[in-house]
Amino acid sequence: MTKRSVQNISTIPDEGIDKGAQRLTPDQVSRVIRRHLEEEGGARLKVYTETCVHCGLCSDACHFYLSHDHDPKFSPAGKVKQTLDKIIRKKGRVSIDFIKKTAEIAFTECNLCRRCVMYCPFGIDVAYLMLFLRRICHKLGVVPQYIQDTAHSHAATMNQMWVKDDEWIDTLHWQEDEARDEIPDLRIPLEKQGADIFYSVIGPEPKFRAQMIYQAAVIMNAAGMDWTMPATPGWDNSDMCMYTGDEEMVARLKKVHFETAMRLKTKRIVMGECGHAYRSVHDVGNRHLGWKMSPLPVMHAIEFYYELFKDRKLKVNQKYDAPVTLHDPCNVVRGGGLHEMARYVINETCSRFVEMHPNREHNYCCGAGGGVINCGPPYTNKRVVSNRVKADQLADAKARGAKTIIAPCHNCFGGLEDIVKHYGLGMEIKFLGDVIYECMDKE
Amino acid sequence: MNHSQWDWNVGKKAIADLSQWQNAFEWVEEPYASPDGEMLAAIVKTGDSEFSVCENGGLWENYFDKIWYLRFGPDNSTVALVSQDSMWTVAVGGQPWENRYDFVWDTRFSKNGKHIIVAAVSENKYFAVTDGAAWEQAYSFLTNLTVSDDGNNTAAVVQSIPFNSGDIFKFQQGCYTAAVNGETWDNNFLNVWEMNFSPDGRHLAAEARRTLFDYTIVVDGRPWDNNFSSVWKPQFNPADGSVTAPVREPGGWALARNGEIIWDERFLQLWHHQYSADGKNIAAIVAPEYGQRTIAVNGKPWSLTFNNLVTDLVISPDGNRVACSARAARKWLIAADGKRWDETFDMAWAPVFSPDSRHIAAKVEKNGRFFIFIDGKPLKIDFTAAWAPVFSPDSDKLLVKGIGGENEGQYCRYVFKLSALLV
Repeated sequence: MTKRSVQNISTIPDEGIDKGAQRLTPDQVSRVIRRHLEEEGGARLKVYTETCVHCGLCSDACHFYLSHDHDPKFSPAGKVKQTLDKIIRKKGRVSIDFIKKTAEIAFTECNLCRRCVMYCPFGIDVAYLMLFLRRICHKLGVVPQYIQDTAHSHAATMNQMWVKDDEWIDTLHWQEDEARDEIPDLRIPLEKQGADIFYSVIGPEPKFRAQMIYQAAVIMNAAGMDWTMPATPGWDNSDMCMYTGDEEMVARLKKVHFETAMRLKTKRIVMGECGHAYRSVHDVGNRHLGWKMSPLPVMHAIEFYYELFKDRKLKVNQKYDAPVTLHDPCNVVRGGGLHEMARYVINETCSRFVEMHPNREHNYCCGAGGGVINCGPPYTNKRVVSNRVKADQLADAKARGAKTIIAPCHNCFGGLEDIVKHYGLGMEIKFLGDVIYECMDKE
Repeated sequence: MNHSQWDWNVGKKAIADLSQWQNAFEWVEEPYASPDGEMLAAIVKTGDSEFSVCENGGLWENYFDKIWYLRFGPDNSTVALVSQDSMWTVAVGGQPWENRYDFVWDTRFSKNGKHIIVAAVSENKYFAVTDGAAWEQAYSFLTNLTVSDDGNNTAAVVQSIPFNSGDIFKFQQGCYTAAVNGETWDNNFLNVWEMNFSPDGRHLAAEARRTLFDYTIVVDGRPWDNNFSSVWKPQFNPADGSVTAPVREPGGWALARNGEIIWDERFLQLWHHQYSADGKNIAAIVAPEYGQRTIAVNGKPWSLTFNNLVTDLVISPDGNRVACSARAARKWLIAADGKRWDETFDMAWAPVFSPDSRHIAAKVEKNGRFFIFIDGKPLKIDFTAAWAPVFSPDSDKLLVKGIGGENEGQYCRYVFKLSALLV
C-alpha cells in the first residue's frame, strides 16, 4: 500500500477560471446556460440526468472516489449532483462562484475515463455529462488557463504545442538526419502522394519527444512500409479542444487532419501512441463533421504494431528482458478494445509480463487523461493525490516483479510518470514503440 | 496554361529508364513527371550528404546538402527546396535563387508557372518570397500562404500583436490578421484561417473568428455584419465579385453571400463550394443526412450518396457538369452528375474534364497497379506509377504518363486518340 499523501487540494487558484469568472455577470451566466440547455441539452442529457437513481454503483469505479477515502463528493454521481443537477434544477440561475466550482470539478476531478459507465446499471455516461459542463464553461469563458492556452494553440497553429509550420518540417529533417547515423538510407518521406500510410502524431512529439518520430521511422523502414508525413498543418492528430468544450474547433481540427490524408491520397492514417486522439478521430471529431465513423481507416499504433508482428514484417533480435506490466489506456481499451492486441505485441517483444489488476477494460485511469494533465502545474499535486489507487495498483504489480510499465498513450505516460515519482515507486515507463525499437531487428 | 504547344502526336515516347537511375545512385526518391510528360525528375543521392536532381537521366549541375519538395511548375520547370551550408532557398532547374533563408517551405506557383512563391523564415522573422524577392515586412508567425492566380499577390495569416506564453486573455483580444503583400489588415482577429484571392487578385476573403464563439468572413479586412457558429473557406463569384461561404446556423450548414443566406437547403455539412467559370452555378460537398456525403449543385443534392467521403470536387469548363472522387463501403470511386462509375478502386485521384466538358478521365489505383480510366472504362495499359491524364486543347486526344506500362522502370508518355479509346 502506498503512503497516503494528505494535502489541501481545494480551491486551487487558476487565472483561466478566476479571471474568466470576473468578466461574468449573474444575468450572463443564467442567459448562457439557459440557451445552452435549450440548444444542446437534448434527449441524451434528459435520459441520463433523470434516470440516475443515485445507487452509488459508479462510486467504486472512480479512482477519485477510491483515492479520497470514499468521499462521496468525488463519486461520479456526486460530481453530477454538485454541478449539473443544480444547474438544471435552477434553470441556469446559479452564482458565479458556483460556476468556478463547477469548472474545477468538470475539468480537474473527472478524467472522462468512462470506467463508471461500465458499472452503472443504466449505462449513464458521466463523461458526457462532464463534457456538457465543460461546454457550458467554454461558453462562459471560464476554462483552466493551461488547457485553454493549448486550445488557442490548436486554433492558431492546428497543433497543440504552438509548433510553427517550419519547426515541424525542421524537426522531421532533424530526426531523419539523426536516424541516418544509425541507418544510413533511412528516409522520413515528406508529402509523398499516394503512400499507403499517413503517419500522424501529437504536438508533444516534435516538441518534447522527437525521438518517437525517429523510432517510428526506424520501425517503418525495417517493416518496409510505404509511408509519408505531411509538411503542412494537419499533421497533429490531437485535440484538446475536445476537452475544453470548444466543439467548433474540434471539427476544424479533425477536418484539417482528415483532409490532409485525402490530399496526400494515403489509404490510411496510422497514429502514434495517443489515446485521446484515437477517441477524437473515431468518436468525437468525426461526428461533429457529420461522419458516423472516421471517413478513412485510422489505426492506433497498437493496431499497427500488432499488424506488423502478425504479418511478420518486424523481427525481434532479443526480447526486452526486464519484467513489464501494461497500463491499458482508457480511450483505446475501454473506448477501442485494443487490449488483446497490446498483449500480443508485448508477448512478441518482452520476456516476462506481469498483469496489472484490475486490467483491460477494468483498468484504472492514469489520472492524466480527459485533459486533466493539460490543466497544468496548478493541479499536478491534486491529480496524483487523487489517484492513490493507481499507485497501489502499480505497487502491487511491482511487488509481483514488474519493473517497467508500458503505457501506449502520451497522456498516460505523463500521468504515470508523475504518480511513480510522487509515490516513490521506482518503476521505469516506456511506450510500446520504445520497447519495439530496443528489441527489433533494424536491418 | 496553354497546352497547345505540347506534342500531341499520337503514339508513345520513351522518356527515361528509372531502373538505370536506381543502379546509378545510392538512392532515388519518388519521381515526378512534368505536366507535358516530357520530363521525369527525382531527388537522388550522389555522395556523402550530397544530393541533386536527376532529370531524364541527367543531373542538375549543382549539388546540395539537402533537397526536398521537388515539384514541376505549370510551365514544366523543375523546382525544389535546397540547402547548402544550412541555408535554404529555391532551385529552379538546379539554379538556386540568389537570396537564402533559414528555411523555406510551402512552394506555390502562379497559374501560368511564371512566378514561384514560398514561405520563408530568417532570424525568427517570417515572410513570403516571390521569385527571390521577400516581403518588406516580416512577422513572428506566418501560416496559410495564399497566392493569387497570376502570382502577383500573396497573402498569409500572421501574428500582428505579441502576447506572452499562456496569456489567454490577450489572445482572446485578437492577435492575428492577414498580411497582403506584407501589409497587414487594420483589424485583428482571434484567428484567421483559410483565404482566397478574387480571380483578379485585388481582393482577399478569409475565414475568421472574432471571439471564441463568433465566426465570420472577412473581406479585405472588413468582417461581414453577421456572425455564425462556424464558417468554411470563402469563394469569390467570378462574375460579380461577391463573396460566398458555408456558414453554420442553428438549422444546419447553409451557403451565405456577403453574410446573407442564399440557399434554402440546410445540410449536416457543407464545404468546398466552387463556382463555374461564368459564376452561374455553385457546386459543393454536402452531408444531406448524418453519415452520408454527396454533391449539391445550386443547393440541390444528388440522390446518390456515399457513406465514407467525397473529395476532389471538379466543375466542367462549360460549368454544367460536376465530378468528384468518393469513398463508399471502404472503396474509392469516381462519380459525375449524380452517377457513379461501375468500378471501384483502392484509391482514386481527382477527375479531369476534357476542355469540351464531354469526357472525364481519372488516375486510379487497384491491387498495387495504376490505371487511367476514361468515362468509366480503363485504358488497356497499367503502370507501377502514373500521373493525372491531360486532354488536348481540342478534346480529341489524351496524354497519359506512366512508369512500367510495358517495360519495368521505363517512363513513357503516350498520346491516345480519344476515338480509339472510346470504341
